[in-house]
Amino acid sequence: MGSPYCGLIAADTIVNNVVVHLSSLLEMVESGFDDRVLCGDAGQRVTGADLGHLVRSGAAWLGEQFAAVVYAGENHPLLPVGLLSAAWAGVPFVPINYRLDDERLNALVARQPGALVLADSATAARLAGSSAMVMVFDDWLRALADAPESAPEAAFDDDAVAVVLYTSGTTSEPKAAYLRHRHLMAYLLGSVDFGGADSDEAVLVSVPPYHIAGVANMLSNLFAGRRLVYLRAFDASTWLRTVSDEAVTHAMVVPTMLARVVETLDGALAGVTSLRSLSYGGSKASLRVLEAALRAFPDTGFVNAYGLTETASTVAVLGPDDHRAALASDDPAVRRRLSSVGQVLPMVEIEIRDDNGAVLPAGEAGLIYLRGEQIAGEYSSGSVLDADGWFFTRDRGSVDADGYLFIEGRTDDTIIRGGENIAPAEIETVLLAHPSVADVCVVGMPDDEWGQRIVAAVVLQPGASVDEATLRDSVRVQLRGAKTPDSIVFRDTLPHTDTGKMLRRVVLGDLLATEPTPT
Amino acid sequence: MPTAFKPGTRLYGRACTTELMIIRAPADAVEITIGGLPSATSAADRDGGSIAEGHGGGSLMGKRYVDAAGTVELLCTKAGEGAGAVNGEVLEVKDAKPLPSSD
Repeated sequence: MGSPYCGLIAADTIVNNVVVHLSSLLEMVESGFDDRVLCGDAGQRVTGADLGHLVRSGAAWLGEQFAAVVYAGENHPLLPVGLLSAAWAGVPFVPINYRLDDERLNALVARQPGALVLADSATAARLAGSSAMVMVFDDWLRALADAPESAPEAAFDDDAVAVVLYTSGTTSEPKAAYLRHRHLMAYLLGSVDFGGADSDEAVLVSVPPYHIAGVANMLSNLFAGRRLVYLRAFDASTWLRTVSDEAVTHAMVVPTMLARVVETLDGALAGVTSLRSLSYGGSKASLRVLEAALRAFPDTGFVNAYGLTETASTVAVLGPDDHRAALASDDPAVRRRLSSVGQVLPMVEIEIRDDNGAVLPAGEAGLIYLRGEQIAGEYSSGSVLDADGWFFTRDRGSVDADGYLFIEGRTDDTIIRGGENIAPAEIETVLLAHPSVADVCVVGMPDDEWGQRIVAAVVLQPGASVDEATLRDSVRVQLRGAKTPDSIVFRDTLPHTDTGKMLRRVVLGDLLATEPTPT
Repeated sequence: MPTAFKPGTRLYGRACTTELMIIRAPADAVEITIGGLPSATSAADRDGGSIAEGHGGGSLMGKRYVDAAGTVELLCTKAGEGAGAVNGEVLEVKDAKPLPSSD
């Protein structure tokens, strides 16, 4: 195929005609859920058998003329046809952020030479100057009606790149992360029950297609046999209405979405009786939002998931039983678990190491390393796994005596004040718990005396008023002097990625430009 | 015919609808039967025959099947009348608590 993404196939890895490849997922879905509706919308209900036909037609249409399939658009009820057709044709699927400005959007497309770009109509218009072939996704789907179904390939390469995702770049420029077929299949086989969903179950996907959670949502629910209901783009009222209208049983949201839903409900019960499981992850949820959500959805099981693009999604899970036990417990160690991300999956190994690489005992915070078959740890620039296969997440955290993982934040965000490492997340958690605070970002600013000083940029709740000294005191009583912000500035809003991650480098840039350095 | 199976390999019952996928297998060659008959490597190779006595316990979709020594694990991707066996040993259902759905 001449694609730079294809790994070499050693002769002895081809046994019979199958390897651990997403093509296996499609075949399993076809035979296991042949007459079960798995995606589509009211206009076109797509069963497992239908999905098989569509994907083979999609792969036949693609043929061998493209090096990749880029997807640039909102969610779509038939998004799985795009991803799986690329997989069946043996080329990577590259969902990109259609919300980027024209220049960045076109720059990402230019990074995929020889790609077919499938876009929604609004985004397609913005790619008019691209040298790539651009098609509106709906038009492409219509064209498949005339395409023949392709014969299965002689050998699928499970070491080929299945999905390329651009990391959100909160602390640096976006990087192209590679997920190979074997990583995604290892995640599915290791943590999802094939056919585990009842035939009446449906999952609402509201995370965008270019986020690892969007990819994981799609693949794991197809594997479980759970119908995918796509929100084109997230909106709290639409989300709540769709849960009711479509009798949605499962949903995954990022914490920003959870906050918007809680805000929209404004203390009322959500009243969505169908919703059995609500999973949240992608960044740290505020305890206040979480507790409000638990009250608004009293009959729903909550699941907190931790994972990275580079780890093929979830590596640790705090399940519904953990949530309830933590809420009900008087034991501070158990209660504290509500702010953990749970225990790591059985197929994943974890180590917490100090700055010199020594493995730390339970309870001590350090650098989080992961290892396992789903851990990809690879960018377009190459693999970053060490010789023993360990991946440094660039996150700091600790594991308690019972195996619960607590995330402190990115090491790149760590503030070093007077030689002491301080995780902004710890201070942010305390400030966010203050009733007047709506949003906060804590950063380190250059300081002649301390190396860095701690500055908190705070957005107040509408109508709230609180002064700097009161907020600083609230941190001092819960943490200690060294972790108390040296100054607090107030802002109307703070910048986030559209999946809710704080853009710290933008906040820091703004503060450097506007806040005087103390003399 | 004894074969060294790789994870991901799909196996089909000759006399039943059972489909199994290799999750784990030893490096050494083993013989895997379904319904007591040598497993086929494609659905097209189904050629009838009858299920051998003691191999008709069936396979349930989504269940994992293991041998007593824990060297082999198969995932049932399509239910059928025939049970999987490795070197003549009929496989047992693996008890596993499902993880909460995180996405």
